[in-house]
Amino acid sequence: MPHRSEQVVFEFSRPGRGATAQWPVAPEQPAADLPASLRRSEPPLLPEISELEAVRHFTRLSQLNFSIDTQFYPLGSCTMKYNPKACNQYAMLPEFLGRHPLAPESSGQGVLACLYELQEMLKDVTGMRGVSLTPMAGAHGEFAGVAMIRAYHRARGDLARNEIIVPDAAHGTNPATATMCGCIVREIPVGADGDVDVEALRAVVGPKTAGIMLTNPSTLGVFERRILEVAKIVHDAGGLLYYDGANLNAILGKVRPGDMGFDVIHMNLHKTFSTPHGGGGPGAGAVGVSERLLPFLPIPVVGRDDDRYRWLAEADLPQSIGRLSAFMGNTGVLLRAYVYMRMLGREGMSRVGEYATLNANYVLARLRQAGFDAAYPERRASHEFIVTLKRQARELNVTAMDFAKRLLDYGFHAPTTYFPLLVPECLLIEPTETESRETLDGFIAAMAAILVEAETDAARLKAAPYTMPVRRLDDVRAAKQLDLAWKPAATAVGGTA
Amino acid sequence: MPFIPHTETDVREMLAAIGAPSIETLFDEIPASLRIQGLDAIPPALNEMEIGRLMSERARQDGRPLAFLGAGAYEHHIPSAVWAITTRGEFYSAYTPYQAEASQGTLQVIYEYQSMIASLTGMQVANASLYDGGSAVAEAALMAVRAHRRSRSQRILVPTTVHPHYRKVAAATAGNQGLRFEELPYERASGRIDTAALPAYSGEDLTAIVIQQPNFFGVLEDVDLLTDWAHAQGLLVIAVVNPTSLAILKPPGQWGAKGADIVVGEGQPLGVPLSSGGPYFGFMTTRQEYVRSMPGRIVGRTVDLDGKPGFTLTLQAREQHIRRGKATSNICTNQGLLMTAATIYLSLLGPVGLARVAETSHARTQQLAASAARLPGVGVAFDGPRFHEVVLRLPRPATAVLAEMAAGGVLGGIDLAQDYPELGPALLVCATETKTAADIERWAAALGEALAKTARAA
Repeated sequence: MPHRSEQVVFEFSRPGRGATAQWPVAPEQPAADLPASLRRSEPPLLPEISELEAVRHFTRLSQLNFSIDTQFYPLGSCTMKYNPKACNQYAMLPEFLGRHPLAPESSGQGVLACLYELQEMLKDVTGMRGVSLTPMAGAHGEFAGVAMIRAYHRARGDLARNEIIVPDAAHGTNPATATMCGCIVREIPVGADGDVDVEALRAVVGPKTAGIMLTNPSTLGVFERRILEVAKIVHDAGGLLYYDGANLNAILGKVRPGDMGFDVIHMNLHKTFSTPHGGGGPGAGAVGVSERLLPFLPIPVVGRDDDRYRWLAEADLPQSIGRLSAFMGNTGVLLRAYVYMRMLGREGMSRVGEYATLNANYVLARLRQAGFDAAYPERRASHEFIVTLKRQARELNVTAMDFAKRLLDYGFHAPTTYFPLLVPECLLIEPTETESRETLDGFIAAMAAILVEAETDAARLKAAPYTMPVRRLDDVRAAKQLDLAWKPAATAVGGTA
Repeated sequence: MPFIPHTETDVREMLAAIGAPSIETLFDEIPASLRIQGLDAIPPALNEMEIGRLMSERARQDGRPLAFLGAGAYEHHIPSAVWAITTRGEFYSAYTPYQAEASQGTLQVIYEYQSMIASLTGMQVANASLYDGGSAVAEAALMAVRAHRRSRSQRILVPTTVHPHYRKVAAATAGNQGLRFEELPYERASGRIDTAALPAYSGEDLTAIVIQQPNFFGVLEDVDLLTDWAHAQGLLVIAVVNPTSLAILKPPGQWGAKGADIVVGEGQPLGVPLSSGGPYFGFMTTRQEYVRSMPGRIVGRTVDLDGKPGFTLTLQAREQHIRRGKATSNICTNQGLLMTAATIYLSLLGPVGLARVAETSHARTQQLAASAARLPGVGVAFDGPRFHEVVLRLPRPATAVLAEMAAGGVLGGIDLAQDYPELGPALLVCATETKTAADIERWAAALGEALAKTARAA
């Protein structure tokens, strides 16, 4: 990792310079018909730089990142597996890239066939009856899912059901989504064994229960063993079950949310189906539903009449929760997931769950031998697991954050830290199935070495990292003295918000 | 095994370290009744050569028709460098920059993006992008409700000159939280918001008005008048803008006496391929005073332990992973990769190149409108100034005409019959800098022939 910083792009700018090969020829006629009152008077602050300067600047910036292509990235709950290059290449064929979203179906049978088959494969692998591909991220899929639950109750005239039950270990998006859908959040605790507290669930369900949102395996990295009982309790109370697909990688090809009793599920195609995370998007949060939620799927959905594919919209799904994207979600991401699923094939699906689980349990076993504490030592790890540094924090005064930052110096991206919030000083570690044993051993060795450092020279950890382009950043200053946009030096102001 | 590196020896030794006899044992906490046996709908695996052949066949099937389509997604030249750099693994396969020290590349690109998009829209602060233009309008409506200090009505005026899909997305997204969207009609002659309808709203408790510029018809609204009216009534102004147009059109920050309050739009024209509808990105900018009401990721510049400048996610106290049920939004990501492409695009085009794109697109559409007007029975629907789209009236329903043109490899425009039946047979047509004079002649000839043929059929 280059131990340097890069100027802000505007600092290269020189008036009169430009990547002129990229510009269209100036029109013969100026836009005389546009009235002065509607025209711009001052040009926008955009850099004036050559093409080479732009290429170097952004290439050098890319080199300041960790990524899957360059580093092991065991970020729990994020499934940072290898993104096969073929998925990118074949989603970016010129005909796919050039196709306008409102082009007629007759000029889109190829792309629609891919999307239709993707819907079918996702139905099969999740055990659901229908799929809509339109949500553009996991949280967007969550929104669609809870909105469908609400629409279902409303359509039955069951208007009092506005409570969504969420375990306290849930992703922050779960309660945030429930709120966005106008619901009230009821949190229930997780027991000491990592499973949902079933008695607490019994106590909270009732005529106001709209549904429950669960991740299984849970965010604690263990399979919810009493899931069938949970499903019965919620269904008997008139509620529906929502499956947060963040951890679908753990069970791919082994068990299906539909068979567990879930009524609606979102899948993170950027996790389980290996589309790239792109530095924070684009994702794709396809949703799957059971029979009773079919009428409410967000539009558009791809349908097939004999050999022709077409969009199903309001006329076909009049009870739909509606349109969630301007056009058709993140189609390019969906094509990548399609290519991935076809390359894995039927037998490849279950291998994902198997080897993701093998890798997680291997790293957990070896870390325990090295002196780390598992948060749930009596449980099998799923595709991920939690190490708690509570003991080290007490005895050595080092935190999970210190370990995370020091790992960067060893060339490994940090695991997820401080999530789930209910496990103190936690590292949530998800190796994924695409990592080799040698890589895992390297990570285990680094963790062991850092533990020795913590015991002998804790101060060294507290100030890590040392080899990154920057050292620890002043987040308090960032929030207090907001600097959110570059300004020319002469007019630069700190601005306190 | 595709993308799984384990050898048999690896598996044996790893299981031994775990103390498990087989991989199957690792699933022993899952109730046996739940285990599935097989997946019927998933075909056997294809290798890269085979999937490459299949995808190439599918792509060929879709072809590359000559398209004059806009309505929120626009064909522009994309410099080769944009995606050559954007698809570098260091950008493509990184995640949200939670570990700032190991993500300075992504973070600095976001900071540069925020700087560019804020200036382009004439506003002070930007977020790191949203899903797309439609969802950005929905988020802007929700933000207006949070930011407005007095209005409790959650009523938002949305003219019918706003993209019909954006209106639908806003209703589907924000309707669940009790927001009400009320339609404002447009003037039939000009295609602009009917200002005669405004006095009826004087004195009402309203939260905001949405103004799209150029509007869905490609027509330019009288944004100064509308903004001043809205502010006089105590409404916030949500501007929905085309980023290319802002190289030559007045930025929302300068609309009227005080400027718009929240600005959103579809970022796709800035270096993002059409790709059947996505992935695109939505942009959002606002005044400094509303920054804490803004949803989504925001990057700030700060210093590290040694006092060296660096970049980090900031104002995270607004977000779901901290606030959970009380967050400004459930949004968890931005459209990072697309925003990266846009930042590179804007750096290559610069202020001069982007203005050329805008002016050339405008000029091509003017040429197209002029050649359309020469066809018998075809007329330009609205008389006001426009950017790079035009509504044409046809002498007979557009469906058959468009099908006829498509059969000849020309996508002639977008049929407005479903969303604007009151216009009669009408097409929304777009030409950008990618269309040559010869392309426009081909379009006009195809339209002329299709009209003649459908007239005979009738």
